[in-house]
Amino acid sequence: MRSKTFRGGVHPHDNKHYSNEKPIEEFPAPKRVVIHLSQHIGAPSKPIVAVGDFVKKGQKIAEANGFVSIPMHTPISGKVVKIGDFPHPIGTVQQAIEIENNGKNEWTDSIKDNEKFLQLSVDEMKNQIKNAGVCGMGGAGFPTIVKLSPPKEKPIDTAILNGVECEPFLTADHRLMLEKPDEIIAGLRIIMKILNAKSGIIGIELNKKDAIKIFKNKLKNSKNMKVVPLKLRYPQGAEKQLIFAATRRKVPAGGLPMDIGVVVQNVGTALAIYEAVRYNRPCIKRITTVTGEIVKSPKNLRVPIGTMISDMINYCDGTNKNIAKIISGGPMMGFAIPTSETPITKTTSGIVLFGEDDIIDTTEQVCLRCGRCVDACPMNLTPTFIVENVKNQNYEEAKKVNILDCMECGSCSFVCPSHIQLIQWIKLGKLEVGKLKKKE
Amino acid sequence: MISIAIIVLGCLGIIFGIGLAVASKKFHVKIDPKIEQIEKALPSVNCGACGFPGCAGFAEAIVHSDAEINLCAPGGEECVHEIAKIMGIKASTKERKIAVIQCQSGGINNTFLKFENTGIETCQAALILSGGQNLCKYGCLGYNDCVRVCPFDAFAIDKNNMRIVDENKCTGCGKCVDACPKDLIQLITISKKVNILCMSHDKGKMAKTSCGNETVCIGCGICAKKCPVSAINMEDNLAVIDYEECVVCGICADVCPTNAIIAKKIEEK
Repeated sequence: MRSKTFRGGVHPHDNKHYSNEKPIEEFPAPKRVVIHLSQHIGAPSKPIVAVGDFVKKGQKIAEANGFVSIPMHTPISGKVVKIGDFPHPIGTVQQAIEIENNGKNEWTDSIKDNEKFLQLSVDEMKNQIKNAGVCGMGGAGFPTIVKLSPPKEKPIDTAILNGVECEPFLTADHRLMLEKPDEIIAGLRIIMKILNAKSGIIGIELNKKDAIKIFKNKLKNSKNMKVVPLKLRYPQGAEKQLIFAATRRKVPAGGLPMDIGVVVQNVGTALAIYEAVRYNRPCIKRITTVTGEIVKSPKNLRVPIGTMISDMINYCDGTNKNIAKIISGGPMMGFAIPTSETPITKTTSGIVLFGEDDIIDTTEQVCLRCGRCVDACPMNLTPTFIVENVKNQNYEEAKKVNILDCMECGSCSFVCPSHIQLIQWIKLGKLEVGKLKKKE
Repeated sequence: MISIAIIVLGCLGIIFGIGLAVASKKFHVKIDPKIEQIEKALPSVNCGACGFPGCAGFAEAIVHSDAEINLCAPGGEECVHEIAKIMGIKASTKERKIAVIQCQSGGINNTFLKFENTGIETCQAALILSGGQNLCKYGCLGYNDCVRVCPFDAFAIDKNNMRIVDENKCTGCGKCVDACPKDLIQLITISKKVNILCMSHDKGKMAKTSCGNETVCIGCGICAKKCPVSAINMEDNLAVIDYEECVVCGICADVCPTNAIIAKKIEEK
């Protein structure tokens, strides 16, 4: 069978060899954690603890603030030390709750094992997922409960699990698929039951042949679930590109996948959903890859949310050379962050470290009009025109050339021979266009 | 043969000529000559300080929709008088305002940095990255957005990478005020030139250690205590001047231990 894909995209070297053979390790409970109140898309959560309170592992410390929001839980037991501003892995400073570990590792009593979890009613399942604070673990962090509650006029027939992991360097999803395939399939079953979807698809990129093989074996006898191997190409794991490759359906501009009857969830989210429904366990840990050429022993770690990146680097035996750049997320879409004293959030899928030798000079040259960015853009946009408008502060024109449809995958910047920082300009332009909207 | 061509073309010419003449009479649009005169009186820099789309838009607004005539900041008093003469109304001039920058750090060269910024070199873009590369989260980013936006070339950059406003060139159009993402530029009336050169709400020690410069408001509050008309208030570790009350005595500038206040009267030219 020919492998499926989409139009456009680029082929960066995947660099997954640093960590794709390393099994997932359980990260020991850190001395302190910092839980950000805004780890997801939507309204920041509201803290419900005060400084000085004692909290138990798994206890809710912040509640959802509206429908598009999620509650937060603490991954360690201890004392609330501070509620204030902390650096956020998207490169800003935001409000967070700091908790000091008391070393007792006490769980709250809400945890139970319900082996007949698939017989729960849809509402019970949704309630448990909502209370567990699950949000998309792939990177964007869309609250899962919102994705699982489509309006009645938009029936969902297909649920897709995203196991593509097209970002270079990252192997967290890959290892997860190798080590916990049954849990992921159970997660997909729960999603399909909630959405009343007829078919379930697991999309995996061809550089993870071992994972494809495992899932093909497991789903041999399944009638409504299948694996779709996808061609090696970035950004194959982007929601709209994945949907097109797997189902040949196109999400309308400015629309959501639920408009065409599809819901996409990351495999990590599927695991979190499974744990929430079966064990009633809140989302307090995630799998994160710490990698890069300069890391002494790159690892895939199951880390409590809120662990400091510096602690994780130390756990991986530090680095050979001086760190020149820390990137939270993958190198294509991730954020360079100013300090390693930054906690990870529910959406931090990887920490990539670069030494001074890996940084290339990216002084901007003039545009050659070669059109490579246009060829590479998976959304069929013309990045060079958009950027020209942003540079001239012509934001209304930028909006007309669909700047808001850009998903910031970075393919255009990757191919630009003039080193124009297209994606940075577009990000700036999107902010300004957003301001225009507010003015109206 | 040639005579036929001449006759045909001649007739066509006459017909079209008559047509155009009739059309120009019939579809004549009356333009108020005042608009043109006002446009001439305006400085035609199209800065937008008046709030209308360019000088032509402002002129039209004055004539048709009774816009206030003293809105043109670059034109100054002279311009207002001239417009008043054209419109035949009394002129009420506003005092000239100038822009002052409330940070002396000079951005990238002088302040202590959190990280090295290799991104796009504009203040707006730097702001997205952790609120800028400076340790001081209130200070000037130093990528000259204000300089680029100024239509009058009133900004100069000295050897310490600090931006200086040329008081003679600045017209108070306020473009730089909008351009500064850190809100460090303020318009003040030219007769009340008392200015605090720092916007840091950090506590004294923190403010001093995060700025590479000495002229930092440490929030000591001496100026607020010494002000004879109590025009200075302390707001979250920062002195803020109430220009309505200020009498430009200059005491605050004398008592400030870090020289973060300047006060001087400048002569109107």
